[in-house]
Amino acid sequence: MLAETLLPNGWVHYLLGGLLIGGGTVIIYLTTGITAGASTFLESTLSYVSGQSRFQQYRFRASRDWRVVFTLGIVLGGAVYGLAFGEFGWTTDVQWWRLLVGGVLVGVGTRLGKGCTSGHGVCGVGSLSETSLLNVATFVGIAIGTAQIVAALGVSP
Amino acid sequence: MSREQRGSRNDAERHPLFLPAILVGGVVFGFGLGLSQMYRPEVVLRFLQLTDLGLLLVMGGASVVAGVAFAVMSKTGGSAPLTGTQFGKRVKSMDRNVLLGGGIFGVGWGLSGICPGAAYASLGVGNVTILYAVAGMFVGAYVQGYVRSNVGATEGATEEPA
Repeated sequence: MLAETLLPNGWVHYLLGGLLIGGGTVIIYLTTGITAGASTFLESTLSYVSGQSRFQQYRFRASRDWRVVFTLGIVLGGAVYGLAFGEFGWTTDVQWWRLLVGGVLVGVGTRLGKGCTSGHGVCGVGSLSETSLLNVATFVGIAIGTAQIVAALGVSP
Repeated sequence: MSREQRGSRNDAERHPLFLPAILVGGVVFGFGLGLSQMYRPEVVLRFLQLTDLGLLLVMGGASVVAGVAFAVMSKTGGSAPLTGTQFGKRVKSMDRNVLLGGGIFGVGWGLSGICPGAAYASLGVGNVTILYAVAGMFVGAYVQGYVRSNVGATEGATEEPA
């Protein structure tokens, strides 16, 4: 009963999907020792086209090619899922300005805060890193507040 | 030298299976973002509006799997076969940017329901509308990088070493 209230759309796919996200992280970790996050790709890729000193740091230049491969892998994995489960071609109804403005803030915040839902949320929490736990508590708490306000203002979808 | 950096040597020194391993990991990661429905901003927003808490299972499941691997391998003291990098955990230094950045990310995530990895997977599913978010992320990453490159040189001092 409680489960139907908290998880009205079931739970198996959430858990299996989460285990696979962790599994992908573990494949990279066991073979390379890298604890990979998804948002560094934004800055390491900008190093190809921008001479700004922030992007030209060695850590971005040295990792930019494999981060492109990691991201292409994620795109490919999404495509395989979409084709296998008949969801390929689905598009969101969330309004474009929410995606664009939200995206800008995600770009600023994840890079300033040293990670995102995968770097801090999966790898950092998995490492029981105090820095990551504080970061995740902050972004989840603020995101819940923001989403509640946006919904209360009647913005939908 | 950070772990990520040590894992990324010059092409000549790299193991031929380095990039294939990254690709396979990425595909599994992206498939998981598909199966968990995190590629749909609507589903993430349902969590943030507290009407479907499935995201907790996703992040919980993923971090437990990763955490067990990190803990076990770190204890062995061994090294990764393709890079020679010693197994360790993901530890980043704490400063005010971690909280400020987390807060800004939170506003963006709450407004859009999208985060970087999920956006890449969503694009793979064919959700071309998500390009608004991907473009926004690059703009945001560029703006913070531009500001930090040109304003207040001391900002860089709080960064991770390389």
